[in-house]
Amino acid sequence: MNPSAASSKSTLKQQWQEFWFYFSVSKTAVAGLVFLVLVVLMALFADVISPHEPAEQYRQFAKLPPAWKEGGQMQFFLGTDYAGRDMLSRIIHGSRLSLLAGAIVVVLSLSVGVFLGLVAGYRGGWLETTIMRVMDTIMAVPGLLLALVLVAILGPGLLNAMVAIAITYTPYFVRLTRASTLSELNRDYVTASKMTGASSTRLMFVSILPNCMAPVIVQGTLSFSTAILDTAALGFLGMGAQAPTPEWGTLIAENRDLILNAPWTVTFPGIAILLAVLAINLVGDGLRDALDPKLKRS
Amino acid sequence: MSEQLINARDLHKYYSIKSGYLQPSKNLKALAGASFELYAGKTLAVVGESGCGKSTLARLLTMIEQPTSGQLSIDGIDVAITTDKSIKKQLRQSIQMVFQDPFGSLNPRQKIGNIIQEPLIINTDLSTNERHQKVLEMMELVGLRKEHFQRYPHMFSGGQRQRVAIARALILKPKVVVLDEPVSALDVSIQAQVINLLIELQQELGLAYVFISHDLSVVRHIADEILVMYLGKPVEQGPSEVIFNNPKHPYTQALLSATPSTNINTKRQRIKLIGELPSPINPPTGCAFNPRCQHAHKSCKISEPIMETYGESQAACLALDEGRI
Amino acid sequence: MALLEITNLTVEFATATGSLRAVDGINLSVDEREILAIVGESGSGKSVAMLALMGLLPWTAKVSADSMLFDGQDLLGMNDKQRRKIIGKDISMIFQEPMTSLNPCFTVGYQITEVLCQHFGGKRRSYNNRAIELLNQVGIPAAESRLNSYPHQLSGGMCQRVMIAMMIACQPKLLIADEPTTALDVTIQAQILELLIELQKNHGMALVLITHDMAVVAETAERVVVLYAGQQVEQRKAEKLFKNPKHPYSEALLNALPERAQDKLLNAIPGVVPGQMDRPQGCLFSPRCSYAQEVCRQEPPKLKDGILCHFPLSQPKAISVESE
Repeated sequence: MNPSAASSKSTLKQQWQEFWFYFSVSKTAVAGLVFLVLVVLMALFADVISPHEPAEQYRQFAKLPPAWKEGGQMQFFLGTDYAGRDMLSRIIHGSRLSLLAGAIVVVLSLSVGVFLGLVAGYRGGWLETTIMRVMDTIMAVPGLLLALVLVAILGPGLLNAMVAIAITYTPYFVRLTRASTLSELNRDYVTASKMTGASSTRLMFVSILPNCMAPVIVQGTLSFSTAILDTAALGFLGMGAQAPTPEWGTLIAENRDLILNAPWTVTFPGIAILLAVLAINLVGDGLRDALDPKLKRS
Repeated sequence: MSEQLINARDLHKYYSIKSGYLQPSKNLKALAGASFELYAGKTLAVVGESGCGKSTLARLLTMIEQPTSGQLSIDGIDVAITTDKSIKKQLRQSIQMVFQDPFGSLNPRQKIGNIIQEPLIINTDLSTNERHQKVLEMMELVGLRKEHFQRYPHMFSGGQRQRVAIARALILKPKVVVLDEPVSALDVSIQAQVINLLIELQQELGLAYVFISHDLSVVRHIADEILVMYLGKPVEQGPSEVIFNNPKHPYTQALLSATPSTNINTKRQRIKLIGELPSPINPPTGCAFNPRCQHAHKSCKISEPIMETYGESQAACLALDEGRI
Repeated sequence: MALLEITNLTVEFATATGSLRAVDGINLSVDEREILAIVGESGSGKSVAMLALMGLLPWTAKVSADSMLFDGQDLLGMNDKQRRKIIGKDISMIFQEPMTSLNPCFTVGYQITEVLCQHFGGKRRSYNNRAIELLNQVGIPAAESRLNSYPHQLSGGMCQRVMIAMMIACQPKLLIADEPTTALDVTIQAQILELLIELQKNHGMALVLITHDMAVVAETAERVVVLYAGQQVEQRKAEKLFKNPKHPYSEALLNALPERAQDKLLNAIPGVVPGQMDRPQGCLFSPRCSYAQEVCRQEPPKLKDGILCHFPLSQPKAISVESE
């Protein structure tokens, strides 16, 4: 059998240790990570920790201010919206959708983008030109505008919004991957694999791809936060998640009119978006510093 | 008489370099006529500086690229003619390469064990266990330990990485190994270890080596035959001892005299070469070496010399032909 | 008084797996107009020591020394601003990779005149003549036209010459050359080494040559310091070192050279340089030393007459190279 699986575990452990050492140098990155973990936990256990059902309307308690203000009540800690639904519960459940939206967008755009980038960089020629020009065209249109157009064609809804946003992010992954592929293509280890008879597929996906992933991971993390923002924006415009889905952007949209009378209904979802995006960006920065092999350390 | 493994006749390799939209492409003569034979158990050293064509030669021998003209047969099979896939596969297994940069030649994201077994995965039908067995055997042969199987290249020193590269090159049991500056990037004490390993492996497995290097002290120790190249052309060729004791071509003489030595007793007559190595895109007319040669004459700027035999070696030099040196 | 005086220099790096001691208590002194070679292999700390002197190490490094005096000034206690006045002007350094040492975005002329501007003030154009003079000194043909060349238009040897021109522009008292010829071809290497020695003589500079190539040392240096695993193991006049090395490592290093091999196999030194994890308790070279005795494995040796060894060699088994 393989030489010690124990040594395999130990090298894995070593790698994590080394990664964590460089990641934890940035205190803000660690803070971001902690917050992100809390948000994920909150999303996972939303049913358990949220005090009320997000769709449950308490008509008699409509437009209640937060608990610490005059007129507020402890059972509706962050107040209620125009239909008497508990803000806190809606925000907690909203985290699920926002995180899901971010994750799906990133997975879609990353997988398609990396594949196209690899193929473009490896093959070159007309295939590369075609792919890159299509990507250039996508990038020439402002992202949100393009997403709006796509959603208008596909029809409003959270899923369509995610697909539309994913399409607008794909070019960035294609560019990154193509750049990495081009620089790795000339390395000796690729030549060595070619010499032993490796097929193009093997060269692309087994040899080159793992070496392109570091900048892609960082871009993916940062796209995650932008995706949440864009999903919220589409939701705000009424083209994303539809009411009464408690997506953060939609929450702001449906309570738009109350911005002067009941500002807490738009402020808290807004703060939730801000903090989540900030946390992800901090983590992304930390990842980039930790994964960058060019940073001379010793 | 041992088996003839490589027979190269007048190999040329030209590249077309674009020089602007409306201008005709220029020809880069990376390799302009190399001929040699290589036998089992022997080492041919290809010596020269930047732009001499030694890396191009390595790429031609390992069939990464096809020669523009000339004949090349490896293990009796003519490389240019063969289109049969299975014969090509067999050829690939006959000749493998070890690269110069011990880090760049190993995939940083693959474990050592996987790097070494990759040729087996691609070319054989062995089961996972059988492959692992072969890899472990090979690792032991090159001086690596079992637990290294699971480690990544960056956890190793330069010398150990080069051992991995050698293990990978040998796993398919080739007959010829092309070594492109295999020890140039290593420390002296590690160089010695790796060179010893190469010598031992050659004796044990009957390998033939094409040893490309600019380090003449290493070459002197390990080579049986030497091919000296300058700007894509061979300038001198012959048995190692003959070349080192009695270099005939002015470039070979300059190269030998420029090589520093720790023997500070002998005050050598340093042959000072002036000027830089010319660009292969715009080579000098006539003999490529003439701008820097102390024996250059009018004729050297006009005609290109051809390889002639002088005693036990061959050299391409007009001054020699005309009896000026 | 020596131009450069370093005592007990130690450099430690903070890494994921603990502290890495790259330089361990070395002493160096360089006199004016002297050529000193620092020899060592990877992990010997030779480059790190000089980078520490110049203040060019990354943030993970911790530098400590008893004293680091240049021309009487204390380098250790200096702040960055004071240090910048000296670095590039009185102490200069050239590096291994000439193609990447020059800024690819600026012309050669710009880079040379920038150095002069930095240290002497004034307009850059006024230094053009000086730049041409420097390029001539380092042997670049058609110097005037070269001022407008970019680094990528020059060969490796030319780039190194430009680098040297930049570094001698301010007439430094000390020039540190970190493996200046390792990336160059043999014939170009010979030219560059000759240039360095000629400049050293003409300008009266001290030259510190860092290299792993013993042959280069033999042909250029007056005095040699041999480093192993961050420690200084031998310090002697070059001639004496090559005839009679006193430290087992120096001897082993010389014997490992191909030109000193007696039969088919070279005299390789078994084992590897100790890394972070496997530092021996006693002498760092003891696991690989053919003369090692029990005390060598148990106790670290003390520096005696510039040799770090319990039993310095008196009758070394150095193999002499046959004269031709």
